[in-house]
Amino acid sequence: MNPAKVAGRVTMALALPLFLVVSWWFASAGSEDLYFPPLRTIVEVFPETWLKGGADARIVADVVPSLGRLALGLTLAALVGIGAGLAIGSSPALRAVTEPVLEIFRAIPPPALVPLLVAIAGIDTLMKVLVIVIGCLWPILLNTVEGVRSIDPVLSDTCRAYGIRGQTRLRALVLRSASPQIMTGLRQALSLGIILMVISEMFAAKNGIGYTVVQFQRTFALPEMWTGIIVLGLLGVVLSLLFRLIEARVLSWYHGQREMQRS
Amino acid sequence: MTGRRRLGLGVAGLLGFAVLLEILPRLLGLRADVLPPLSRIISALADEVREGPFWSAVGATLLQWGLGLAIAGVAGISVGFALGAVPVLHRITATTIEFLRPIPSVALVPLAVLVLGTQLRSALLLVVYASFWQVLVQTINGVADVDPVANDTARAFGLTRIERIRHVMWPTALPYVVTGLRLAASVALILAITAELVIGSPGLGREIIAAQSGGAVPLTYGLVLVTGLIGVVVNIVMREFERRALHWHVSQRIEVVT
Repeated sequence: MNPAKVAGRVTMALALPLFLVVSWWFASAGSEDLYFPPLRTIVEVFPETWLKGGADARIVADVVPSLGRLALGLTLAALVGIGAGLAIGSSPALRAVTEPVLEIFRAIPPPALVPLLVAIAGIDTLMKVLVIVIGCLWPILLNTVEGVRSIDPVLSDTCRAYGIRGQTRLRALVLRSASPQIMTGLRQALSLGIILMVISEMFAAKNGIGYTVVQFQRTFALPEMWTGIIVLGLLGVVLSLLFRLIEARVLSWYHGQREMQRS
Repeated sequence: MTGRRRLGLGVAGLLGFAVLLEILPRLLGLRADVLPPLSRIISALADEVREGPFWSAVGATLLQWGLGLAIAGVAGISVGFALGAVPVLHRITATTIEFLRPIPSVALVPLAVLVLGTQLRSALLLVVYASFWQVLVQTINGVADVDPVANDTARAFGLTRIERIRHVMWPTALPYVVTGLRLAASVALILAITAELVIGSPGLGREIIAAQSGGAVPLTYGLVLVTGLIGVVVNIVMREFERRALHWHVSQRIEVVT
């Protein structure tokens, strides 16, 4: 691609976001509206709200615990979900027995579990991690089941003919064939997990991003609240970018195969 | 496995799970405020259905869900077609969409509470924001999937832009649009309940909070179960909708053959 074309593409990609930010900046300049402070004010209070204070800065004291709980919850959900998904996916009988029960569990909107888990597990880290685990489990589990079900029968028969079984079969055939579906499940779980992280903190917490943002709202610290919304937005964007990088890595063989089939 | 056997096993699974929920709390000696036996959950729920504000709460939740989904659907499909039909527009907006889409809609909660209050409008903002992206992205993908040869043929036959949208783009994009709507339907339900829990707009979520803070643990479980059942119904309705809307499509016909 020649430089002019690259420049054209970059302009195309950045023009609208820049335009929107600039319009926000000027449209809100000198705004007297309590709820919509000037973007300038928001940007000005951002560093002292999130970065100032060394170890007490909110980026350490609130963002890190939130992310820690999210990571722990997602990891546990992935372990349980993939494990159970492999078992259920490999056995038609088990699948038939569990399907209706799983349908109900999947359909429960996970935020509805927050009050229940508060009653059971209190308002500590345990509750928040449990909310994330229980909420994120279903998309991972069900996608893994689908992935295992859709294993190419020819590959499966080939494995049998060559006597590949046990660990090797699991690694080389089952997990690999199911990995595109598993990644889809993980992606859904990630965006759900962020929502659950925030909600569980809005409910009852001593720290965390959701807690902080709600505190700002309740004390009518509007510019600070806006910085919180921006932090949450950035977090969502960065995490989804990160996930896409990982996915591209893990599924590089799959995307390559698809390209081959198309051309 | 025959359909009948599968159904039998599924019913057995459900019954087994129900029995487990009834026996396990008694067997383990769990306190009733941790996990009450199923029979107590159901009787608490039955009282609520007879006397409590149950039906109006269900109605409010469904209203938020349906209205939000409808707004997000119409907006997502029209914007998606506009962006898909005019490539320049799509290229200009692509980064902005990629940036706005992953923003968790709960980030808007504090703003919604302050500006729109704790009523339906706040909940709608969350529901629409979250489900709009599902429909939009699927619609854009669907329109991008249009066969260039079919499109050029239509153009060669003198079909106008509107006619091409109607006869070439719409049928190609429809499976994607319906998938988007199906995804959006469950996201919309999650966000409707979330809004009721966090913002306190009327609905099942608010009843759950009320039951929990009143110490009515069996009722809390019962209401959570009801949200799950509503979710199941939503899934079934959306799958049926998909089947009807796409009855002519290959993906649906294969199922009949096998």
